Amino acid sequence: MDYLLNEQQVMIRDLCRQIAQEKIAPVAAEYDKSEEFPWPIVKLLAQADIFGVSIPAEYGGLGGGVLETCIATEELSKACGGITLCFAASYLGLDPILLFGNEEQKKKYLPDLAAGKKLAAFAVTEPAAGSDASAIQTTAKKKGDHYVLNGMKHFITNGGDADTYVVIAMTDKTKGARGATAFILEKGMKGFTFGKKEDKLGIRASSTRELIFTDCEVPKENVLGKEGMGFIVTMKTFDVSRPGVASQALGIAAGALESAVKYSKERIQFGKPISSFQGIQWMLADMATQVEAARALIYATARMIDSGAKDVSKYSAMAKLFASDVAMKVTTDAVQIFGGYGYIKEYPAEKRMRDAKITQIYEGTNQIQRSIIALQLIKEMAKG
Amino acid sequence: MNIIICIKQVPDTTDVKINPETNTLVREGVQSIINPFDMYAIEEGLRLKEQFNGKATVVTMGPPQAESALREAISMGVDEAVLVSDRAFAGSDTLATSYTLASAIKKLGEFSIILCGKQASDGDTAQVGPGISTHLDIPQVTYVKKIESIKNGVAVVERMTEEGYDVVETPLPCLFTVVKEINEPRTPSLKGKMRAKSAKIQLLSAQLLDCEADRLGLKGSPTQVVKIFSPERRKGGEVYQGPIEESVEKVVCAIKSLIP
Amino acid sequence: MSLIIAKEKCVGCTLCVKACPFGALYMENKKAVVRPEQCTLCGACVEVCKFDAIEIKREKTADADTQARGVWVFCEQKRGVVQSVSFELLGKGRELADKLGCELCGVLIGHDIESKSSDIIHRGADTVYVVDHPQLKYFADDAYTAVLVRLIKKYKPEIVLCGATSIGRSLISRVAVKIHTGLTADCTGLDIDVHKKILLQTRPAFGGNIMATIITPNHRPQMATVRHKVMKEAAHDPSRQGKVIRETFEDSVYTSRTKILDIIEDVSATINIAEADIIVSGGRGMKAPENFKIIEELATVLNGAVGASRAAVDSGWIPYSHQVGQTGKTVCPSIYIACGISGQIQHLVGMQSSKTIIAINNDPAAPIFQIASYGIVGDLFEVVPLLTKTLKEKLRK
Repeated sequence: MDYLLNEQQVMIRDLCRQIAQEKIAPVAAEYDKSEEFPWPIVKLLAQADIFGVSIPAEYGGLGGGVLETCIATEELSKACGGITLCFAASYLGLDPILLFGNEEQKKKYLPDLAAGKKLAAFAVTEPAAGSDASAIQTTAKKKGDHYVLNGMKHFITNGGDADTYVVIAMTDKTKGARGATAFILEKGMKGFTFGKKEDKLGIRASSTRELIFTDCEVPKENVLGKEGMGFIVTMKTFDVSRPGVASQALGIAAGALESAVKYSKERIQFGKPISSFQGIQWMLADMATQVEAARALIYATARMIDSGAKDVSKYSAMAKLFASDVAMKVTTDAVQIFGGYGYIKEYPAEKRMRDAKITQIYEGTNQIQRSIIALQLIKEMAKG
Repeated sequence: MNIIICIKQVPDTTDVKINPETNTLVREGVQSIINPFDMYAIEEGLRLKEQFNGKATVVTMGPPQAESALREAISMGVDEAVLVSDRAFAGSDTLATSYTLASAIKKLGEFSIILCGKQASDGDTAQVGPGISTHLDIPQVTYVKKIESIKNGVAVVERMTEEGYDVVETPLPCLFTVVKEINEPRTPSLKGKMRAKSAKIQLLSAQLLDCEADRLGLKGSPTQVVKIFSPERRKGGEVYQGPIEESVEKVVCAIKSLIP
Repeated sequence: MSLIIAKEKCVGCTLCVKACPFGALYMENKKAVVRPEQCTLCGACVEVCKFDAIEIKREKTADADTQARGVWVFCEQKRGVVQSVSFELLGKGRELADKLGCELCGVLIGHDIESKSSDIIHRGADTVYVVDHPQLKYFADDAYTAVLVRLIKKYKPEIVLCGATSIGRSLISRVAVKIHTGLTADCTGLDIDVHKKILLQTRPAFGGNIMATIITPNHRPQMATVRHKVMKEAAHDPSRQGKVIRETFEDSVYTSRTKILDIIEDVSATINIAEADIIVSGGRGMKAPENFKIIEELATVLNGAVGASRAAVDSGWIPYSHQVGQTGKTVCPSIYIACGISGQIQHLVGMQSSKTIIAINNDPAAPIFQIASYGIVGDLFEVVPLLTKTLKEKLRK
């Protein structure tokens, strides 16, 4: 389908496609096995200006919006949904700075992130605070011209490898969600250390670590937005980042579809390529239709956000919900088409299925997405 | 430091297919690419440019459509691009080509290093690089797999040989042809691609070169192609499609009879 | 100088349009028309036209030196050892010299190497020109070029052949430019047109998809390079007698701007597949670097070497020194076993002169089967280990 991309968007798509095919696809299986962080790919993406796609030109970026992040994420994820996270999770970490950062903060952090010299990460989740962000235990106490952070975060993508972190901590527990504040932390700050790295089902090329704060002193200039705005920072960030997760899911699905079509033409059974059997054809047709529908929803949502629309939560949640469910379905079907070969690690089909699963879980489980959508529907209804 | 990189636009030979009925090349869908070996020359030129704060200029001789190869080089980070193009160059063999490129390089002024890929994937002659250095009367090192150092006007490089490599010292200016072991070519950057779109490409026609007209093109080429034909294919033997145990047995018998 | 289509002779059969490798011809009003900017004057269209409607008009710029006599072979030596590619060239050179009725001469450049000239005579040379100087001990582009140019200018051979080695290609390209003559690289066939007394040089083009015959009609010497293992080595005849001519030049001829600081032999690069008698090669079908283990095991049983296709090398599964084909090495073993190699033309040109080719591939339509002496259709991960096991048993007996 023609999405009427502009010249720069086509350029981003083509370059990311080239990098995915030439540089990421050949090493995807290796990183999946070794769980190493893909620094050579980070360097390559940085040199190709990819980290700057959606950062304004005055901070060294290319001035794109959410759609540009989505296009890049989708193309890169076609080769590996895990490796892509070094890029996509960095955008999740820098989105709050883009949305709520003051001029000094933007000047300080964005140029290095746009150049890919540094990576960012966003830290909300804690062992007891997953879907329920109001249950955050990490505290930040004001002391003179700084805050003292204590507690821990876990399941943090790019944790340990990123340099710039946006961390949500409670400045006033009595206020519940309204007592949360967002801080910008830097790797190397006194009292800021990293805990264990998770051994995951999928997206194994991305690092998922614990962040530990022990009397960590953060200057008050590093408060993002205002004290007490932490929950709003989180929600608004997710509004713009969810199309990104959706694009990761879309990329994984599109990659699975492409390889399934190719395989079905090569695999001979009963003397014919299996693509000539209606059973396979119908599966492929359904997969393709779902992928295209996901893409259409994501692109429309991204364009809506980029145009400055206000109430985007519902569409953002829909895009994430739909694309991630499509990814799970399509990658599962791709494994089916590959048959026995789909189940073994020699072929990339099973990896896509493992990578796809997380997209239904993180940045809000798909159950939470449904709640967001439903709540919004009811609200709209009440307004009449 | 001025660095000159010579590149050639070639058909993507892995795409070239022969129509078995007419025995001719199938041209449809064959893409033009930068000679893969020249990509290493571009990358090495960019690394030298970055290291010595120099300027990298890419030069190609070819038809007007070779401009797209130059724009690709710019998208990777090359500063300037020169297209050496004229009908008078048609039919050039390696002698005329190296003469023409050397004449063009003379036109571009002072330089320290000329980089070429070890050979072009369509012709595979490996003659144009050494030809250019001879016409310019500068030293050359072929099959360079590493530039170890460049200081005080002297370069130390590793030249790949059949047995290993030689460490060779050469004064600048000089010409290197490079092998794929030397580096990994970068992908273009988005900012580079944008620059490539609007970058001005210098065109050098025969008239603009200070050269002798009868050393150009077909006239300046001692070699002539007199015949083009399809290679004779070796004939196949037996292909076993049955159970592999049987097939292996037959092949083992054959191998046994071949080994004394 | 241009391509001329005689409109009155053209019948609009479109053969030339199909034959043009450069897309330079098209049809207009049922007549062939040329796009001069795309035409490289290669002559493919002239060859196919059945109506003599196409002609390349050439202006003759020079006359061949009819005084030039003799076939020369540049005999490459390394550490005082004449390289076997030179013996292969002497074999072909002898054949050409006999057809022309002239002398076959070897050129030997180095230091303390005169004793080696007998090797060259035993391989068929009538005369050996020896240039011996301490500064010629190792190959140097400038000095070797100067020496060879001086020799050629003095003795005026009509043909000069050189191995397409890393040294040979660097040297001979410079010599051809200095002498201002034609040079044809990587010839797979060399012959004499006995009427015109010219060298017919045949080489693959476009990655081996087409063959081109090239001549150097008006310049002497006619120069060509040939890759190692393409020609058969000349027989060794210790009873042969020949002349040795020692040449010396003024000191400036021996000076070079480049200087060799060190020569390093790389163990991993010395697995010289070009010399192996049995080669087992793996291609894209190997899927992963660790799978090359089964190739190595088969090679070990057969006392052979391990080769690879470009696809396997480009994927980083095995070093480049193992690559067989257009951009790798040309090999000519008695047995070549291709495992998981589809048989792209670029690979075939590097191994199709092997005496026996055995192909293992799961795709019965793979082009490799069209040239294989024996083919096994099946999963190489089953076939290769079984082959290794069976051979182990059978060869032990």
